[in-house]
Amino acid sequence: MSVFIDKGTRLLVQGITGRDGSFHAKQMMEYGTQVVAGVTPGKGGQKFEGSVPIFNTVAEAVEATGANTSVIYVPPPFAADAMMEAAAAGLTLVVCITEGVPVLDMTRVYPYVKEHGARLVGPNCPGLITPGESKVGIIPGRICAPGTVGVVSRSGTLTYEVVYQLTRAGLGQSTCVGIGGDPINGTNFIDVLQAFEHDPKTTAVAMMGEIGGTDEQEAAAFVKQHMRKPVVGFIAGQTAPPGRRMGHAGAIISGSSGTAEEKLQAFRDAGMGVAQRPADFVPLLRERM
Amino acid sequence: MNLHEYQAKELLRAVGVPIPPGEVATTPEQAEAIARKYGKPVMIKAQVHVGGRGKAGGVKYTPTPAAAKEKAAAILGMDIKGLTVEKVLVAEAADIGSEAYVGIIVDRATKKPVFMVSAAGGIDIEEVAATTPEKIHYHPVDPRYGLQPFEAMQMGFFLYSDVKQARAAARIMQQLYQAFIANGCSLAEINPLVVTPQGEVIAVDAKMVIDDNELDRLPAVASLRDESSEDKSEVDARNANLTFIKLDGNVGCVVNGAGLAMATMDLVKFYGGEPANFLDIGGSSNPEKVVNALRIITADPNVKAILFNIFGGITRTDDVANGIVTATKQNPLKVPIVIRLTGTNEEQALEILTRNGFSAMTDMDEAVQRAVQLATQGSAGGAK
Repeated sequence: MSVFIDKGTRLLVQGITGRDGSFHAKQMMEYGTQVVAGVTPGKGGQKFEGSVPIFNTVAEAVEATGANTSVIYVPPPFAADAMMEAAAAGLTLVVCITEGVPVLDMTRVYPYVKEHGARLVGPNCPGLITPGESKVGIIPGRICAPGTVGVVSRSGTLTYEVVYQLTRAGLGQSTCVGIGGDPINGTNFIDVLQAFEHDPKTTAVAMMGEIGGTDEQEAAAFVKQHMRKPVVGFIAGQTAPPGRRMGHAGAIISGSSGTAEEKLQAFRDAGMGVAQRPADFVPLLRERM
Repeated sequence: MNLHEYQAKELLRAVGVPIPPGEVATTPEQAEAIARKYGKPVMIKAQVHVGGRGKAGGVKYTPTPAAAKEKAAAILGMDIKGLTVEKVLVAEAADIGSEAYVGIIVDRATKKPVFMVSAAGGIDIEEVAATTPEKIHYHPVDPRYGLQPFEAMQMGFFLYSDVKQARAAARIMQQLYQAFIANGCSLAEINPLVVTPQGEVIAVDAKMVIDDNELDRLPAVASLRDESSEDKSEVDARNANLTFIKLDGNVGCVVNGAGLAMATMDLVKFYGGEPANFLDIGGSSNPEKVVNALRIITADPNVKAILFNIFGGITRTDDVANGIVTATKQNPLKVPIVIRLTGTNEEQALEILTRNGFSAMTDMDEAVQRAVQLATQGSAGGAK
């Protein structure tokens, strides 16, 4: 088992002919993901890499191929439309990799996607991987290994760092989910923690948060009340100066809300393991598994 | 992107918000001329992107044109929290009966634009929120329908019992919401919203923050950026599509991804060093970005060692390696460099680096420790 994606995932790539879309579509195919369709308006009827049919619209692609998941690599001005198009076509999982989506667009996309019954992951996220089964997004496949640690993170490259360290230490992963660092994203920590708690294959969870907002505090409260599996948490930005925006729109501390210390304290209060640095995940998880 | 008060007021005037007249001056003579034209007492207000202008002496009341000239001379060139005042707003002074606060932010929790209104305006709203939260009324707006008249009226009556004033405030809130959406704001506020002794409701100060992700599709708003009011190295970095924040340490950090960049800074500190900066080269990389990153970092004389920490996903590590080689050929480094890279196209990257005489590490902790050690040695040995 795993969460959100597995061998049965039939993936459609929106923006499959772009620089990033084509590069990562190939990487996902090499990893073994069933890439069943691509969408680029105006290129319908062509084939990607000689095998994957390209369609003009998501609806056509779903109709023809039975795709159940979409991954989006389109530029920011078109990302909101792409997410809504995917949800409207009945896809149950929509993963948006695009960075730089205006937050006001997301205030409209979020309720739209919800009402259409789709799960949105992202935007501005690295996607998901269930090692050995399926990869949707841009997480490098070679750093992952099948196993039982569930990984959830607001960051992209920090996720890779931790996953890489887990793999080198022999701790494989059930599924890794990058939820993205934007202020409004489709899937939050609690959604993923809940999925890991119910996934028979997952035995422990590694969670990477950041300064800013209160998502980690709420996640910690969820862990305390609803989770029996051990969770180890980390917060990036412990040394960030207050009031400055650190790249991610989410990573801003204003006033006393959203500081690293506040979040780490919430982790401790919830009985979670607290990693001071990425290298602490391996020993803390081992102790608890 | 932060807007100046005068810019925010222009955008709000354009949608009909009543605001006392004001113009920008860059010299005391201009300030005097504007005050003379209005023929009324004016406020001289420093236009800088920091809070607490008033407390720092950057906002002054002046009864006559001569006084306006004198106060403008004092404020222009003044240093407020490290920023030099280049412009002042000369605005007609309003008669103030009462002061309220009206603001909109995009709220992460409700995932909607949320109004915050309070009859306790004129001072720092965060202070009010912290000490007397019951004095703030929060109202989320469904962005698909926009702010409805009845919602605005509810908030109007939260502020004022007089129906005329409540109606006037409601109209201003609808206008503020319109400007918030049209200009891609992440924050827009009027503080104070004033009721004059004559019963008029007017906006006396305004602030807007634009979502940087909106700027590509809103060129008119993007053109309001005032680079003279920002840190030079940060402007330089932004123009090179890098996210850069200067800090006080001596380990120059080049990292891809905000989370890893912050975790790298944390680790520098963990091993007893101090980061010189936050620098995120972002997702899709090209060698040019790395060249610019190195140029910006080496311009800081405090930097005694450079640390690259690259974990390739969408970033291709061979692009980064090519950038390092190109940049150091153009400008040979005067400080040691520690390169840690792994992930997408790692083999090609290592091959490029080795061929050009660089060594690279794959472990983050080892790389950070090494960079901290080199920076400490560099500082102890003094400048070469």
